[in-house]
Amino acid sequence: MIAFLIKRLMHAILVMFVISVLAFAIQDNLGDPVQQMVGQSVPESEREEIRERFGLNDPFLVQYVRFAKNAVQGDFGYSYFYREPALEVIARHLPATLELVFAATLIIVLFSVPIGVYSAIKPRSPISRLFMGISIIGISIPVFLTAIVLIQIFAIGVTVTLFPESTGWGAWLNDFFSTEGNMPSFGRGYDLVNVVGNWDTNLATWNGLQHLVLPAVSLASIMLPLFIRLIRAEMMEVLQSEYVKYARAKGISMRRVYFVHALKNTMLPVITVGGVQIGTMVAYTILTETVFQWPGMGLMFLDAINRADIPLIVTYLMIVGVIFVVTNTIVDLIYGMVNPTVKLTGKPA
Amino acid sequence: MSTTTNVPPSRWERLRDSYMWYSFKRDRTAQLCLAVFICMVIAAFASPLLAPTNPYDLSQIDIMSSELPPFWIDGADERYALGTDAQGRDLWSIVLYGTRVSLLIGFGAVILQALLGVTFGLMAGYLGGRVDTILMRLADIQLSFSTLMVAIVVGALVKATMGSAFYSQYAVMMLILIIGLAEWPQYARTVRASVLAEKNKEYVDAARVMGLRSKRIMFRHVLPNTMSPIFVISTVQIANAIISEAALSFLGLGMPETHPSLGSLIKSGFDYIQSGSWWITLIPGAVLVVLVLSINLLGDWLRDVMNPRLYKG
Repeated sequence: MIAFLIKRLMHAILVMFVISVLAFAIQDNLGDPVQQMVGQSVPESEREEIRERFGLNDPFLVQYVRFAKNAVQGDFGYSYFYREPALEVIARHLPATLELVFAATLIIVLFSVPIGVYSAIKPRSPISRLFMGISIIGISIPVFLTAIVLIQIFAIGVTVTLFPESTGWGAWLNDFFSTEGNMPSFGRGYDLVNVVGNWDTNLATWNGLQHLVLPAVSLASIMLPLFIRLIRAEMMEVLQSEYVKYARAKGISMRRVYFVHALKNTMLPVITVGGVQIGTMVAYTILTETVFQWPGMGLMFLDAINRADIPLIVTYLMIVGVIFVVTNTIVDLIYGMVNPTVKLTGKPA
Repeated sequence: MSTTTNVPPSRWERLRDSYMWYSFKRDRTAQLCLAVFICMVIAAFASPLLAPTNPYDLSQIDIMSSELPPFWIDGADERYALGTDAQGRDLWSIVLYGTRVSLLIGFGAVILQALLGVTFGLMAGYLGGRVDTILMRLADIQLSFSTLMVAIVVGALVKATMGSAFYSQYAVMMLILIIGLAEWPQYARTVRASVLAEKNKEYVDAARVMGLRSKRIMFRHVLPNTMSPIFVISTVQIANAIISEAALSFLGLGMPETHPSLGSLIKSGFDYIQSGSWWITLIPGAVLVVLVLSINLLGDWLRDVMNPRLYKG
């Protein structure tokens, strides 16, 4: 176990090293920091002096070591646009993104497990087929399009006049398919409750929750079909196994076989794939936050790109790198702990 | 099966007798999807013939006729069947041209991914040792970020370095490069896994004993036996590449709005959705979904038929 831990840790450090070199190379090659500091009207001799003073003429390696040393201490430099430490800007935007990811994860867990299990137990029932059909359509719709459709239906409203209004059922059908469109679709709302420090939460008030619904559903829509299919596939495989047949032969109630015996082993691979997918959700937050103008890290990153705010871009990359590396390492560790058949010290399969 | 003549069956006969054709004849979904996909590809590449207006020709665009609705809504203009966008471009024409650009980028990116991924996967699997370690560690690192994230970051950085004017001029090439570079590990892993299964078989030993060079064994002997997983992931990858293009364009890191692709059309329409002109964004959106869905369903069918041992996890 210790050997495995150390191995994972080494891997994590290696990845972070690669990311930091890349991030530094970006910072080094994009734009001229002296230009950013002094503007146009300073003579070349003074620029050279500033360069010398800040060590910008040092070799790449020396500069990189300085950058890494500062980064480890949490000093990523100042954002050009916000004129405050880049890490503080990120910290201010982080809670919004984390709440969004949390809400989306909640939706995914609440829906994928029952649907996945049901469609594994009854693979031929029309409801399962419907779910599988919806899930492949769900995979094929990009997350920003889901978001736009949700905005159209629930925030703008749809008036259906497809059916003849004169007949009673026509009017009823028109009414049934029309939506009012009163859901908020822009930002986090006015009713945020401060929890601690710079963490304002959407989860405490009705208005806040309303603002969270559409972004969270859009973000969940990209992962939900994947999870349903994964849980279904794993569950079907488990249901074929000897021990499930044995439990059934012993006369244990089917409900107990499904939800105690089979579900436990189904969740093993789901945890690992799931953990990694939660990490990749960070990428989708960029898209979701853009559509809903959700003031999180993703929107901040896109703004930083448009403003060529290089320290902020670099800090974002490093933070996202840390998030990925930490989630992947934790997932590996959990998998190693709950699944004793994994050879912890051996080569990865 | 004993045949009296020794003439080997032609390609067409082999196809007709294959399990693939047998299963295709019985699968209504696969037939429908292939039909839809082929129709869309033909319509997209014949867009100069099919489209009533040319969206690149500014003289054919009339700003006065902007935001006209499609034909089934009151206030539609009969010249524009699917309505017009905010710049007064005919939506039917720009969707056709846009689909062409999206398909071009999708195919281009997948070809690039396949070239890189297959070469690296073959090398990693066949040569093993240090080459394998380095290449697979690289793939691991890249895959531990989502590929979309890599594409967004690379796109953003390239755009920041080169300036947006240069970037939008070469947007098609840039997108192919970015999406191709972001997704090669998928191929590399799949190919490596099947090469590892193949390389200890006797025919490879035989080729080695005959003294053939590694390169020849890799590409002429091992590669043909790893084709079916490559085909299967290719379909999914084309769908993914088209979605990635749309996502990048939607974020403003892809095709510029003057140069329609499905993604940039959705983006330009999104700005007008609050004013009630939903068709500008939702019609290209629907086309994108139908395209991706038909490719995904074909991929599902292909995976069931070929049933390769795909690399799991």
